[in-house]
Amino acid sequence: MVELTHLTIAEARDGLAGGVFSATELTEAHNTAIEAARPLNAMVLETADRARDMAARSDLRLAKGEGGMLEGIPLAIKDLFCTEGVRTTAGSHILDNFVPPYESTVTANLWRAGAVMLGKTNMDEFAMGSSNETSFFGPVENPWRKPGDNRPIVPGGSSGGSASIVAARAALAATGTDTGGSIRQPASFTGLVGLKPTYGRCSRWGIIAFASSLDQAGPLTRSVRDAAIMLSAMSGHDPKDSTSADLPVPDFEAALSGDIKGLRIGIPSEYRMDGLPEEIEKLWQQGIRWLEEAGAETREVSLPHTKYALPAYYIVAPAEASSNLARYDGVRYGLRVEGDDLTDMYERTRAEGFGAEVKRRVMIGTYVLSAGYYDAYYVQAQKIRTLIARDFQSAFDDVDVLLTPTAPSEAFAVGDKSDDPIAMYFNDVFTVPASMAGLPGVSVPSGLSETGLPLGLQLIGKAFDEETIVRTAGVLEAAAAFDAQPEAWWETGQ
Amino acid sequence: MSLDKATVSKIARLARIRVPDEDLEQLGDELNNILGWVEQLNEVDTADVPPMTSVVEMQLPRRQDVVNDGAYSEKVLGNAPDTENGFFVVPKVVE
Repeated sequence: MVELTHLTIAEARDGLAGGVFSATELTEAHNTAIEAARPLNAMVLETADRARDMAARSDLRLAKGEGGMLEGIPLAIKDLFCTEGVRTTAGSHILDNFVPPYESTVTANLWRAGAVMLGKTNMDEFAMGSSNETSFFGPVENPWRKPGDNRPIVPGGSSGGSASIVAARAALAATGTDTGGSIRQPASFTGLVGLKPTYGRCSRWGIIAFASSLDQAGPLTRSVRDAAIMLSAMSGHDPKDSTSADLPVPDFEAALSGDIKGLRIGIPSEYRMDGLPEEIEKLWQQGIRWLEEAGAETREVSLPHTKYALPAYYIVAPAEASSNLARYDGVRYGLRVEGDDLTDMYERTRAEGFGAEVKRRVMIGTYVLSAGYYDAYYVQAQKIRTLIARDFQSAFDDVDVLLTPTAPSEAFAVGDKSDDPIAMYFNDVFTVPASMAGLPGVSVPSGLSETGLPLGLQLIGKAFDEETIVRTAGVLEAAAAFDAQPEAWWETGQ
Repeated sequence: MSLDKATVSKIARLARIRVPDEDLEQLGDELNNILGWVEQLNEVDTADVPPMTSVVEMQLPRRQDVVNDGAYSEKVLGNAPDTENGFFVVPKVVE
């Protein structure tokens, strides 16, 4: 019998279609694995019974030959996606009793394709964090540990629970969301493929809003093919999101031709930053050689405003967050803490309901949008965003795709960076620029660090050209042949 | 520039987040740290650069201005901390 929890989506799809195992067996194996993985704290809600019901219905459809693109595939869902009748918290105390009366468009698309929901994954509160340590439900642990060292390692964030549970072989794939790197950085930290599509490719409707001009949904998977399959199922125009692109959804899996001969790959000089660890630089050079050996041409390109992307992001994202999070006032849903009057009730509710990082960002956002400071901070940041987008546009006159590291380090230990917000923000230094320009990016597991933790390389593409980054990622994946896996220490209770 | 305690208190009030007096100083330090770091954006000459309004060039879709959704107040009120007769209940605001 094959190990059902170690399959890719593509393999599971073939096994289900060929009757090698049933959707019910596949789901049961994952329910068991999720229970065993509880020490990781990757799930905030397990929905084993619902998963069984969904799998039974998948088996009926498979028997009739009516299976969808993801029929019977068990997935974990980031707790930022509203799921009808299933508690959705955004990792926050202020929403810890919220049961949405509607389903997000992306998850509705997945269920229509036949997928099975195993549960909701832990995350940084309101997706604000790069280590999954800001969650009201406590930090998530990375299934990876340094050999000979039992200290807990972070899975990255904000989609840390999604990354951890897929890397632990307890879900075949998971949904994530990415505002400044929240899919790609955790993918790099856990040895997974993480894809952030072009802004507008996936509907944001029903995803709890953080920074609306940046937020995008995407998959965390164990292979590039799986990311392509998931993206095809998640994408599509949605009239309920006015920024959703009215474009046909390509068959992303079909883009995996394996052929990148003559493709022009840009290497942005400005990403070669001071203090970049030598092993990351080495991996990057290795990535360049792999793509050249496959017939691509590589050349240096310049993105002059790269260093300003991160500080500009930390104006734009908090500004949008302060506006989006104004709705949590203790009146219509979520936590209410009574007070002497209406304002006192608002202030007490938000003081108790939000954690430290969320409060910091809401206050920064409030300040940079306030009278007298709006032009100096917010408008200046949005102008710099225009310059960042222009940098990418002129680079893409000469090249088809960019290759960079995903993150400036391997995964770090829980607690190592939680006292220094700016050091934490630097985790996203290579992912934020593409987010600021709305461009698609994918992290591909490409090697292990000297201490034995996974490292990813990032490919950035033109707007709505996910097919080229998927195709290139497939070649990179084949060359890297990354097959390391974490030891399942949580199963043996060590 | 650097935020003083009074300004931090004012921002907290604008953000409707209660911050006890004894926490204002530390929170001010944290915010000043971040604001000091983003100051580097002033190095960039942006005199002739338009601020970004949308990352993807597109026109916002239009629709007829008609009611096309709604009529499920039970669902809307379902998560409210306090409701009465189909309304949200808040502390008294008018004497």
